[in-house]
Amino acid sequence: MTDRAFVVVRAGALTTVQDLGRPGHAHLGVPRSGVLDPPAAALVNRLVGNPPGAAVLETTLDGCAVRPRSAVTVAVGGAPCPVRVGGRPAAWGAPVVVPAGELLEVGAATAGVRSYVAVSGGIAVEPVLGSRATDLLSGLGPAPLTDGTVLPLGAPAGPPARVDGTPQPRPPAELVLRVTPGPRADWFTAQAVRDLGTRAYRVSAASNRIGLRTEGPALERARTGELPSEGMVLGAVQVPPDGRPVVFLADHPTTGGYPVIAVVRSADLPAAAQALPGTPLRFVPVRRR
Amino acid sequence: MRTLPVGDDALLVEVASGEEAQALHAELLRRRAEGTLRAREIVPAARTVLLDGLDDRDRWTAELASSGVPGTPARARELIELPVRYDGPDLAEVAAHWRVTEREAARIHAGTEFTVAFCGFAPGFGYLTGLPARYHVPRRATPRTAVPAGAVALAGPYTGVYPRSSPGGWQLIGTTDAVLWDHARVPAALLAPGTRVRFVPAEDA
Repeated sequence: MTDRAFVVVRAGALTTVQDLGRPGHAHLGVPRSGVLDPPAAALVNRLVGNPPGAAVLETTLDGCAVRPRSAVTVAVGGAPCPVRVGGRPAAWGAPVVVPAGELLEVGAATAGVRSYVAVSGGIAVEPVLGSRATDLLSGLGPAPLTDGTVLPLGAPAGPPARVDGTPQPRPPAELVLRVTPGPRADWFTAQAVRDLGTRAYRVSAASNRIGLRTEGPALERARTGELPSEGMVLGAVQVPPDGRPVVFLADHPTTGGYPVIAVVRSADLPAAAQALPGTPLRFVPVRRR
Repeated sequence: MRTLPVGDDALLVEVASGEEAQALHAELLRRRAEGTLRAREIVPAARTVLLDGLDDRDRWTAELASSGVPGTPARARELIELPVRYDGPDLAEVAAHWRVTEREAARIHAGTEFTVAFCGFAPGFGYLTGLPARYHVPRRATPRTAVPAGAVALAGPYTGVYPRSSPGGWQLIGTTDAVLWDHARVPAALLAPGTRVRFVPAEDA
């Protein structure tokens, strides 16, 4: 048995293994999954000398704590949070050495939602369809962490980056999502299309890795009836019968039957992944490129 | 055929029927295999095919607009036989809806050749078409909180088999022991869009 492993001491509210997901299988009903904040995950991987596709831990709001069985280099990024090694404060957003058997504590996020923990060599659980990502919609990939879970680690690929700290975007006080018109915008009244682009929304506490749910004006349909199921993209703004738009995130279903009124620019989705429930949210219509 | 741009680099192609969607999907797969189409995902659905992660959306918008819907592809796809026991809790209701006996309902279902129109809902869940319109049935008014894996079910124009236990609102007419999804198997999904399917009653298998 390898001694390159993490023992999970405190799993936290929801900590999952994530990488770049499993695109290419949507026609079989397999969501893409993968990290919700790709730039943050790419940065922490770079800090520990990993390739961009190495698997990391994605925490939700309250962090986690793990104990490596052998010395490893880690980096914590994404949502800012206190980091401690063996009880002593350590750097956030920089490579940190954790000696064998010492506790790495990733504290509660002081802003944002999801912190990322990269470890030299990456998390090396068995891949499923080419990815180690936990997909909460379909249940593919490893189960969310529980206390006592042992996670195998890979062999370090390269030396950690020689940087002391790296600027990372602060989680937004207001979430602004640029949207282009969706394929079914014509299923809504002109007023609903205007409302989406002008009215104030808030991020709902019911948001998860599948979708960012919203509170705000209900969007009225111009057409009744059911839309035959059709393929869905990342960032689709789908409107279920209650009229409150839902922005599809990485674990979104591959097909769906509610009309898509707009689509969020993919560059704006990492910020959506870091928006706390209650965050003011605006959708800003932009021209399609 | 209508093309609808979606987001940064996707195109939703809408056609008039499920048969046209299947034909278009087969043609797009052929073009991807020959290297003329580059797309991360090609996702067929009820009346559409989604091209996601397209390298040149403008070109494909123009090309699809001018090419029209391809003809129905030759029925060369593999035929999968699924052993089935017609023992579902909704068989009597479905038979009543069809105005036949339960035995006759089972015979009708087992006598139909299905095609996987598209997948969705869960990995390996296929939406199978093939039943004539007179045999289409509504969903249950109240979905079940747990449908067992292997349940053979009907809703609207579709037949499906639940790959794993999940909530579901379809009418359950039978059970199969076939493993619809096994991520350790290659391919993981027993049913993929275009696959032909027959249900074979267990006593005949």
